[in-house]
Amino acid sequence: MASIRHERRIAADADTVWSVVRRPESIPEWFPGIVSCTVEGNHRVITTAIGLDIPEEILSNDDATRHFAYRITAPQYSFHLGVIDVIDIAPNDSLCVYSTTALPDTLALLIAGGTLGALDEIQRLAESSRVAS
Amino acid sequence: MSRKILFITTDQQRYDTLGANGGTLSRTPVLDRLASEGIRYERCQPTSVVCMPSRSSMLTGQFPSTHGAWMNGVPLAIDAPSVAETLHDAGYATALIGKAHFEPFMDPFGLYAENALANLGIPTIEQDWFDGRRGVHRGFDYLEFATHGVMGPLHYAKWMRDEHPEAIRGFYQVVDQDFNVNAAGGGDSGAPQVKYNSVPREWYHTDWVADRTIRWLEEQPTDQDWFCWMSFPDPHHPWDPPKSEVGRIPWRDVPLPENYPESASERESLLDQKARHWRAWYDGRLVSNYEAPAKWVPATMTADQVREVNALNAVEVELIDEAIGRVLACIDDKGWGDDVDVVFTSDHGELQGDFGLLFKGPYHVDALMRLPLIWRPARSTATVPSVVHAPVSLVSLAATFLEIASEPSPYWVEGASLPIDDDDAKTRSFDATFTEWDSSIFGVDVHVRSVVTDDYLYTEYQPGTVHDGSEGELYDLVDDPLQRVNRFNDPGMTGVRAELSERLSVHENRPGDRATPGALMAPV
Repeated sequence: MASIRHERRIAADADTVWSVVRRPESIPEWFPGIVSCTVEGNHRVITTAIGLDIPEEILSNDDATRHFAYRITAPQYSFHLGVIDVIDIAPNDSLCVYSTTALPDTLALLIAGGTLGALDEIQRLAESSRVAS
Repeated sequence: MSRKILFITTDQQRYDTLGANGGTLSRTPVLDRLASEGIRYERCQPTSVVCMPSRSSMLTGQFPSTHGAWMNGVPLAIDAPSVAETLHDAGYATALIGKAHFEPFMDPFGLYAENALANLGIPTIEQDWFDGRRGVHRGFDYLEFATHGVMGPLHYAKWMRDEHPEAIRGFYQVVDQDFNVNAAGGGDSGAPQVKYNSVPREWYHTDWVADRTIRWLEEQPTDQDWFCWMSFPDPHHPWDPPKSEVGRIPWRDVPLPENYPESASERESLLDQKARHWRAWYDGRLVSNYEAPAKWVPATMTADQVREVNALNAVEVELIDEAIGRVLACIDDKGWGDDVDVVFTSDHGELQGDFGLLFKGPYHVDALMRLPLIWRPARSTATVPSVVHAPVSLVSLAATFLEIASEPSPYWVEGASLPIDDDDAKTRSFDATFTEWDSSIFGVDVHVRSVVTDDYLYTEYQPGTVHDGSEGELYDLVDDPLQRVNRFNDPGMTGVRAELSERLSVHENRPGDRATPGALMAPV
């Protein structure tokens, strides 16, 4: 099992950052390479730029703690847990942490590689405040 | 009209696989002829012994610690300098056909152009350039990609799936169900990454790369200058050449490599002289890098497996030689025979049984670091054939291409153009080359620096997961060409070691701008 954490200090209020990621259906807006998704209840299917459909289960989406957790349910994954936490540091200053834990290890690396680009976009969107909350 | 450039690379091919370099297993008459007509380099080193950093050095003319693609899985920055851009600016038509690998293969989100172009159906795509402009992808206005198999989104795999789906199952499955390099054995001996492939030869990627190159060349106007990088994925594992061809070299008749001791105790004794990760990998106690199968233990490898791998590797080398012959014939047919410079090399070597090991990793010895390199200048230059014995590096390729094109070498190129003979090498102080290794994957960090001179191969291991910064290797290349006797701790070599350590220090602290090291995005 491999666990990889990426984090980003963002010059925006935590609520603003959280508004970028809190809606499950918004993921194509901030995760590069995810071109579309469908959401039904707590099930989400993302479609990537190379046409992969990846099913996910949303485990937690907590506005109070700004915590989003999900798992990929595709059979290639023996285990997956993705967690996004947005932590309030000060006005106009927050920390976004995107963690990936998976088995096989290689898949953790592949997903975590994508989350780096996602953090770039989350930062860009939050700092430009172009996201409707 | 300027000189045109055919740049031919293979993947993971050792120096000693060519007849021109003394190899006896493969017949390589086409490359041997190029060597006899041009310049053959006796000691060419890569900047890295894995694909992405090494190939990025070919393109940028920079060491990995400068261009920032420091290990496999770290993409070369999209706006990194590129010799292809400079040639494109100079009016050259620029193509890369075959294996690129400046960007990760494993790319579930489709983030990289290399993985996207086949589906897009376009020959290139506009990206940011290092100088603030936008232009064709890394300076290439035509791109068509292949790699070691038929999985994934690249052009060759897509072509096989679309045109010859019935042949897909003939190929070895490169990765296992855990997405690691597959350890499954095949062939007659059960060697890892071996399979007798039922694919017809004409559909195999070696011939495909040559076919696509010929097609591109035939489309060029006669008076068009061009730079064509023809990049064969072989003889990199898997060793799964077309079954129809394996009879060329019966593996049971293949002699064991000179550096493969049949006795396990002798192998272990040799490995114990080296830094500790050598023996740890051999015994199955450490997997330091992704490039070898995680579930394979080198100590289990049999002599027959070494023979069979070497035989199949040699078959793949012969197929490449024949494919190059077809491309050169096309060039002659176009009337370009006197105006084309041909440069042939590989990105790194292969252990291929040396010291009882296979594949590659942070093991800086000739198996991985001594490469075939041939430069056949355009016949119109009337260059006198020569053999260069001085150490040279793949970091010199970019400057060499620019010199061929009569373009000045830009500030970002770290390597000088290749010498044309030993006198030229001496005049221009070609007396040392440097190879870097940095990896950090799944909790294992390894950092290695090596310098090769006329007489020595010297390696320092920087602090990491298995090294404390005190280990190293020092081989006398004159007395110990197989690098069996590590003299790092020999009191009689203190002065030599100090001098070579200083050379590494100067390399580490060389002036110049460095790119921010890229992020690890995938294992490969």
